[in-house]
This record gives sequence, structure tokens and C-alpha cells, in this order.
Amino acid sequence: MHPFTLERPRDLATALAFGAQAGRNDATAEYIAGGTDMVQLLQEYVRRPDRLVSLNGLLDDRIEVGPQGLRLGPAATMADVAAHRNVVEQFPVIAEALLESASPQVRNQATMAGNLLQRTRCPYFRDVGYSACNKRAPGSGCAAIGGMNRWHAVLGTSDHCIAAHASDLAVALIALDAAIEIRGAPGERTVPLIDFHRLPGVTPHIETVLDAGEVIAAIRVPATPTARRSHYLKVRERASFEFAIVSAAVALDLDGNRIKEAKVAVGGVGTKPWRLTQVETALAGTTLGAEAVPRAAALATQGARGYGHNDFKIELMQRVIVRAIQTVGARA
Amino acid sequence: MDEKRPENSPLELTPTEQPDDLDLTRRELLTLAAAGGTVLIAETLLGAPVAAQPVSPGPPLVETVLRINGREHRVQLDPRTTLLDALREHLRLTGSKKGCALGQCGACTVLMDGKRIKSCLSLAALVEGREITTIEGLAHDGELHPLQAAFIERDAFQCGYCTPGQIMSGVACIAEGHGGSEDDVKRWMSGNICRCGAYEYIGAAIQEVARATATARRG
Repeated sequence: MHPFTLERPRDLATALAFGAQAGRNDATAEYIAGGTDMVQLLQEYVRRPDRLVSLNGLLDDRIEVGPQGLRLGPAATMADVAAHRNVVEQFPVIAEALLESASPQVRNQATMAGNLLQRTRCPYFRDVGYSACNKRAPGSGCAAIGGMNRWHAVLGTSDHCIAAHASDLAVALIALDAAIEIRGAPGERTVPLIDFHRLPGVTPHIETVLDAGEVIAAIRVPATPTARRSHYLKVRERASFEFAIVSAAVALDLDGNRIKEAKVAVGGVGTKPWRLTQVETALAGTTLGAEAVPRAAALATQGARGYGHNDFKIELMQRVIVRAIQTVGARA
Repeated sequence: MDEKRPENSPLELTPTEQPDDLDLTRRELLTLAAAGGTVLIAETLLGAPVAAQPVSPGPPLVETVLRINGREHRVQLDPRTTLLDALREHLRLTGSKKGCALGQCGACTVLMDGKRIKSCLSLAALVEGREITTIEGLAHDGELHPLQAAFIERDAFQCGYCTPGQIMSGVACIAEGHGGSEDDVKRWMSGNICRCGAYEYIGAAIQEVARATATARRG
């Protein structure tokens, strides 16, 4: 690890005053909470902050479910949220996405906020032996375009970066219209999760809308008729402890076999967690099992672009969406 | 490759629990050898033990109180020290093993406040106040934990390197109420890898203790 000064502030105001910044490789100070991704990045010299500011004990770790919906404290662990009875019953897609993520040990350490802020699994980003990575070293190029890109995104890519966002949780949350409360020294603001992560564009090293000295203060998920009947389907190269090749979060409001409302998001294919409103619109009013369902899923490919090794994801994501819809539909 | 192992080696020695104890241990000597510290080793082998000199000034040390197996240890640590390295290199608790140091293999698994974690992914200075249990703290009054006994009974290892992590993870897995079937073991022990491929007997040992525990719970 690159040498850093470790700060262990006693209160959040002090921590915010350090002005650390998440998700930017040019930041000289970063926050650390569960540490499961940060310590890997430090060990591999992918992140070399001069100052590391601990948020241990400073952030809310409560999980609250009420008539308004779900509120997740940023420090709640993946394991605790996945095992929470009300989350399992009322927001199954969230519990499933979490249980399909990482390993039991990591789920005991990793936090909600850290999960949303985890960095991409792009092997070129994570291996400093490759000099070209615009996300790690702005302006250095992209080794994945024209390189080994089986794991990379087909939606939201740019000529500067095609790295896929790695979070399963974010895909589930984005399907359920989650919002992020952000706290900084000046005060609080709330951002829809769909606007929280940024497209790579020409600045792939800036991953979120968080400014220096800002942290995630809460994740809010509204209570909706669809949330209860929801599912996370993750396709990957081994059955557990692996990131998604393609995943889908689907939530349905059904009237018998008729889909009144659908919410659909996909993972493993986007440079950020990807909501598919055009698929949702096409699904509304259709019947489970009808030809209209795969036709609606085909709209997921709008704007999709393969880079060679990952071309198969464009076909696969349609099938994953259809199967996730079938699975939710089969749940009475 | 040079970029990957830059100028500041994290292996520089920092004071341990006994700051006046400057003798190099065999383990530290081997660690330095692995890091290519040839000059230092030559001096050590030729004459009296010498204190290791950091290659360049490291970051300010942080004082940390670690609670390990019911005992408190006050240590001065380079902030880059992971919990795993603190256990192995500072507290001489070498039961927890370093495999990948990236959270993938599970050989470093310990319990923190009763829950299994990967000690290679925690900075030691950030687990102050937490109760850490390592494989050394599992047996009580000379009596092995039932899972330790089952591993021996079932010959659930070959080289043994992953075994402490497998056992600590297995103990937590069973406490969580998992591990009673082969499928359950595959799902809930996915964070522990065995390069020898002793999974069949590891799984059998965990299932045996998980079932016995479930039966005892039902009373």
C-alpha cells in the first residue's frame, strides 16, 4: 500500500471537514467504512490516497421499514439487510441481490453505502500493470476497448470507458425507485439513485455526483405494490461468490396474469446500474407468457453496443429479463 | 511490474508489543528475505541483531488496542497494517493464514463480535474495541471445538493451509443456522477456497456438526 495518514474522527462533522472524496482516483483523501473494496484497491496500488478517513461508528446502521417504505442506514451491513425479515418479505429483490453478492464473510463487513460506491471489476482498472485506464489514470486510454472485454458493459459506454458497474444491490434499488440522502458540511440533499452514478463520457474517473466532503446518509426505498412481488436473477460463471455477467431486477404489480405495472433494471451490462423504462412501458397491459413479453424485453437492447467478447450480453440480457419476469409471475 | 511494488515496502518493521525488543525473529527474517532485503539479512547473519530501518519514512504510527481471544493488546501500528498482519506479525498469532490478501480465498477468516470476516480486508486500527476470535481462541481448557474435532475425525484437509479459515468460517456458518446439507455448505462456505480440493471431507465435517447442533437446539 501507498503510505497514508489514517484519521479516526470522533464525530461525523470532523470526518466531513476532511473533505475526502469517494469514487475518484485523483482524490488525495478518501473515506473508508467496511473496507472490503477499499483495502483490495489499496493493496493493489489502484488507490493511493495520502489520507484515509474512517467513518467507523459515525454513520447510521439501522434498517427501518414503515408505511412510507424502507430506510437503510449507510453503515448497515449486507448480511444484516439481507436477513432482515421485513426486507425479505416486502422487498425480496433487495434481499436476493444481497445474498447473491460476495461471500458470507464479506457480507458481514461490507456496508450499504460502500456497496453503491464500490469500484468496477474491470481487470484493467484493477491491475496497475496496465498503463491504459482512463478511470484509474485520466487520459491514459482504455485497454478494454480492443482488449479482453467479455466482462464489460454494452450500455452507457463511451470511447473512453466500457467498465461495467459491479453492484447487484444498486440494480435492485434502482428498479424500486430508491433515493440517496447525501450529507455534506453545508447540509443535506436527496438524489434519485438513477442520477447518483454518472455515465463515463469523457470523465470516467468521476463516478458519482458526490462532492468532496460528502457521504451517503441514507438510502430510501418507497413502499409500492410492485416491491413485494420482485426478484433478482443473476447469471454468472459459477454458482456463488462471483460478479454478474448479466443480471435483472424485476418487480411486478399483477392483476391475475395481466401485468399492471412492471419495473425492470439490469446489471453487468451497464456502465452504471441500468433502468429500462422502455421495457416497463411495453410490459404494462401484457399477459404473462404472451409473446409480447419477449418483444418488450427486446427493447432492452436500444442503444446497446458490443465490443467483441461481450457481444453475447445483448442477447443474454433479453433472456434474463424474460426469465426473471416468469419467475416473479409464478410467485402467487 | 515495478509500479506494482513501489518504493515503500509495507514490510518494514514497526515496534511490536515490546518496543525494546529489537531482535529479529526468524519469521521477520524470512519475511524480509521474501521482500528482497538482502543487505539487512547479511548484516543480521554476520553479527549482532540489528533493528530494521525503514526504506523511507512511513506514515505516522497509530496506537490501537486490539481485543484478541479475550485479551487486550496495545500496539503501535503502521496504518497500512491489516488485521491479519497485526495478528501474524505483531501478536505472533500465526494460525490465521495469508493466502490471497484480497478477500478471495478465506484462509484469513476470523470472527469479529461473533461474525465471520476476512481479516485481510480490515485495517487493524479500525477494529479497535471489537472482539476478535482466531483459531487459537477456539478450543477451551484444552478441549477442541466440535468442528475442530470433526475436521480431524474426517481428515478434512490435505496441506492444511486453508484449514484455520475453513474452521472459523464453518463455526460461524453453523452458528448462523446453515451447513446442514451439501448444497447449503456450497452456498454458505463459498468464501473459503481449498487448493487441495478437500471439499468433500470439509463439507462432511461441517454437515455433521451442523446437524448435531440443529438437533441439540431442537432439544
